[in-house]
Order: sequence, then C-alpha cells, then structure tokens
Amino acid sequence: MIFKKIQDAGELKIISANIRKDILLSLAEAGSGHTGGSLGLADIFTCLYFSVMNHDPQNPQWKGRDRLICSIGHVAPVLYAALAHAGYFPEEELLTLRKLGSRLQGHPGRDHGLPGIELSAGSLGQGLSVAVGMALAAKYDREDHRIFCIMGDGELQEGSVWEAVMSAAHHKLDHLCVIVDRNNLQIDGRTSDVMELEPLADKWRSFGWEVMECNGNDHKEILSTLGSMSDVHSKPVVMLAHTLMGKGVKAIENDYRWHGKAPSKEEAEKFIATLE
Amino acid sequence: MNMQLNNRGSKPTKTGFGEGVLEAGKLHPELMVLGADITASVGLDLFAKEFSERFISLGIAEQNCAAVAAGLALSGKIPVFSTYGVFAALRSADQIRVSVCYNNLHVIIGGAHAGISVGPDGATHQALEDIAIMRVLPNMTVLSPCDATQAKLLTQLAADKLKSPVYIRFGREAVPDFIPTNIETEIGKGQLLKEGNDVSLMATGHMVWEALQAAYILEKQGVDARVINIHTIKPIDKNIIIEAARETKKIVTVEEHQVYGGFGSAVAEVVAQNFPVKMKIIGINDTFGESGKPAELMKKFKLDAEDISTTVIQFLNDNN
Repeated sequence: MIFKKIQDAGELKIISANIRKDILLSLAEAGSGHTGGSLGLADIFTCLYFSVMNHDPQNPQWKGRDRLICSIGHVAPVLYAALAHAGYFPEEELLTLRKLGSRLQGHPGRDHGLPGIELSAGSLGQGLSVAVGMALAAKYDREDHRIFCIMGDGELQEGSVWEAVMSAAHHKLDHLCVIVDRNNLQIDGRTSDVMELEPLADKWRSFGWEVMECNGNDHKEILSTLGSMSDVHSKPVVMLAHTLMGKGVKAIENDYRWHGKAPSKEEAEKFIATLE
Repeated sequence: MNMQLNNRGSKPTKTGFGEGVLEAGKLHPELMVLGADITASVGLDLFAKEFSERFISLGIAEQNCAAVAAGLALSGKIPVFSTYGVFAALRSADQIRVSVCYNNLHVIIGGAHAGISVGPDGATHQALEDIAIMRVLPNMTVLSPCDATQAKLLTQLAADKLKSPVYIRFGREAVPDFIPTNIETEIGKGQLLKEGNDVSLMATGHMVWEALQAAYILEKQGVDARVINIHTIKPIDKNIIIEAARETKKIVTVEEHQVYGGFGSAVAEVVAQNFPVKMKIIGINDTFGESGKPAELMKKFKLDAEDISTTVIQFLNDNN
C-alpha cells in the first residue's frame, strides 16, 4: 500500500519534532555522530517521506517507488528516524545506531539489511552520480518515478559533483530532483571561509539546471517548492534549501562545532525539552 | 599431456572484450554501455553501433562514470564502464570502492591499455598498478584474459554468471590467439597449458604467450617447465597453485604489472600460507614505464620470452 500523504503543515511539523527527538536520543545513545545536519534536514525529510514521495514501507523494493539517495551519508540519523517513523522498521531500533551488529551503520550500508536504504553512501560527492544512473535507467525504461538526491553544500566542493551535474543536464534528466542543504557551514567553519561556493545558483543554472530556492525549515515552502519541481521538464532541477544547522535546538543552531558531535544523554534531554 | 595450441592469428585482447560485450548485449537487453570518450579505443564501438539506444555517452569523467554505473545497476541494468586501466582503476578508485563494491553491484569495469606493451603513449597511459588496486577491494572479481578468444569468453561469463563487481583487464597490442577452444574457460579456474616438473611458470594476460615461449626455450636447455594460465586473479585458483608448488617445488610468476601487490603477490599469498616454496616474481620493478615500440619495451623491461627464460635459469641456479 502506497504511503498515505499528509498535506497539513501543522501535522508535518509535529512529525518533524518527533524525528528531531529521535535524532537526539539515538545520537546520545550512540555517543558519536552528526547532529547539526541531521536536525537541519528534519523538515525536508518529513516532507519527502510523509507528503511527497510515492513509496511503500511494507514493500520497500516496489519498482514504482520514488528513490531517495542520501549522498551525505553522515546525516544517517535523520534518514533512519524518518524511515522508522514512516514504518520501515521499529522506532526502538533507532537506539542501536552505530553499535556492533546494528542495521543502523554510522553511514548507511545496504549490506546490513535495513529496509528503505537505497544506497550505501558516505564518501562525499558520489550520490549525485548514482542518482544520475538511476534517472538514466528510469528514462530508458520510460518509468515515471522520481529520484531525489540530498546533498550537502560543503559536498559541492568535490570536483566529481560537477561531472555529475554536467551529465544530468546533457541527458535532460527531468526525473532527477536534487536538494542541496544550504546551511553555509562545514566541519572547519563557514563554507565562505573554507571554500567559497557562491554564486551557487548561477553555477547550477550555467550548467543547464532549473534552480529553485526555499526556506528548508518551513514545511509550506518546502512542499510548494517540491511541487513546482515536478513541473520542470527536459532538464534536471535543484532546490537550494536554506536551512539552519542544528535547527530546532536553539542552543546549538548555526554552530558548526555541532556538525560532527553527538550530545551527551543529559544534553539530549535538555535539548528535547526545548524542541519547538 | 600438453595442450594442443590453436593458431587463429593475432589480435589484441581489447578486441575480444568488445566482441564479448556485443554478444552479452544481444543476450541481455538490460546491458548498457557507458562511453568515456575513448569508445573505439577500448573496443566498445561494436556495441555502440549495434545498440545506440543502450550506449550512454558521459564524456571524460571517469569518477562520474563509475558511480553512474552503480546507479544503473541499482535499477536492474548491467552497466559496462570501460576506459584505460590507469583511469578506470585509479581515477575512479573511490567510486568503485564505495558506490560499486560496498553496494556489491553487478558492474563490469573494463581496464584497457594494460601493461607497458601499450607502447609509445608512455608511462601515464600504461596500467601497471590496476591489479593491485582492484584485487584489494571486497566483492570484486579480477579477470585478466590471455588472448582475444578468452577475453570474449570471460566478458560474456562476467555478464552471464556474476551478480557482483568485476574488473576485466586487457591490452592494446596484438597477441597470438592461441588458447585451445576445447579447454573450458571458467571464472576462478587456472589452466594448465604445459606439463613440467622442474619449475612452474604462472602467467596472466598477454604474458601467458611469452611464458609459453620461454618454456619452449627452457625445454631446449633441459629444463622441464610447467606453464599455467591464471586468467582469474581474484578469486584465485588455489588448488592449481598448491599442486604446482607441491609437485615442482619452484614457482615463477610473470605479469605486465608492478611486482608489488599484483598477480605475483596474489600467487605468493597462496604459496606462503599453504605450501611454501621459493618464488620469483617477474614484472615491472617499482618503476614507471616509458615510450617505445611494444617489443622494444618488453625487451628493455625483460619481459620477453628470452629474458624470462634467462631469469628462470638464474632463479633455478640460485636455488639448487
């Protein structure tokens, strides 16, 4: 049965809050992992899995499903929490994150058998190429499912990303929807200090892509932008989603030091109490 | 009993690879070929002409190519990605490691221009490190056919029998097409080409022919050399190697590749752990190649039959 889609932004907001809570709990239990990006992407993952994508948690390999390629494997906690809440596996399993024998690897690994994982990923810059391969196959087979690819903004510093960007436009892959988590931060600090990405929209546009921008932490904006993305034909489309790293936990929002740090159990409790 | 060799003239193994992809494409409608701008040079023009709708041009972008192949495989296709081995195995090594091998996908990777016999293009284009890099990756099968007929067969088998990543290495220079068609070519099985009990010569790829010729030279000097073709470097045929170690007590390996980490190392891993005997690894000795005619280079790097036989005699004298 295809997942029932929720359109009410208020309802989606509650799901995002629950996902954030589970991100914090699973990371605190793991003792390591990437908090900032996972929290920042919670609203986008909620919109994709609960409102936009055609998918079936009871039949994860359903051929007609939309695919989500999480190129930034380090935000696994938000992917896992979204999958669990959508019904792919029990929510209790989230507490096994990063532990020996767990299906929830530090970066997603298909070989561990977690349902709903489309790609083992973690080496930055590869996911878009894989998504291009999937979009080429969909186009050749005349299928109409979409391939969503979540990328980080820092990840765009990898040169091979632009090989993939070029190839998607060359082959007019309109099955492909890229979402860039534009939070302006990476491990060493601000992207503008580490390696300037601007003018980012112009870069994508000059490569032949349709570019859209939105507040990536506003459900209504995300939904309306994702909706417009499906109206783009004969070329690939990218959404530059302006998000706040650590969104939802005021104490750590927009702080690059929380890119790759997990909260202690005490911190997690405190953060959860303040979640919006 | 020695194998009766065939004489079908000379062809590069790349031709066999191209013919194998074409045949596999006829049998598998899901087989798709990725172009990396050197389509004819790696033998894929045959397929591109016959099945243009299943040929996808991706330009000079090997890293993208390898990961695109992973995406196609995840969608039920059998992608073939081929370029020169130096680029296929080295430029896109991380994409092959993570997107292809970690995801354990049926991607056929062709590594052309293997060895120094590439000739005048020189060091940048002579793949001498690809075996070492490809064979260390989990889930990867590594094939290294000795002639065009075997290259075609192994390519078809890679499409028909495997469901996991495979690297096929082939050369540019024409080499005698000699493997008897009545002996079976099976992935993972070595082939005994000549009996002998004084020493075993194990070779891979284009060096198999040279090793055979070396054995005939040695015969005239009273040395009875066994010759074994190892066309599957991973998973390697342990039985044929252990048997040779037990029966001939001495092993010489021959490859157009660095002596570190390559085919000889793969044989040594089996020998050292199962039936330790003295070995000599013949290959490129930790140096880059250079420009020259293929035959000149084979001579300079002591990889032709005459030099191999001299090295074998020296090795036998040192270890008697």
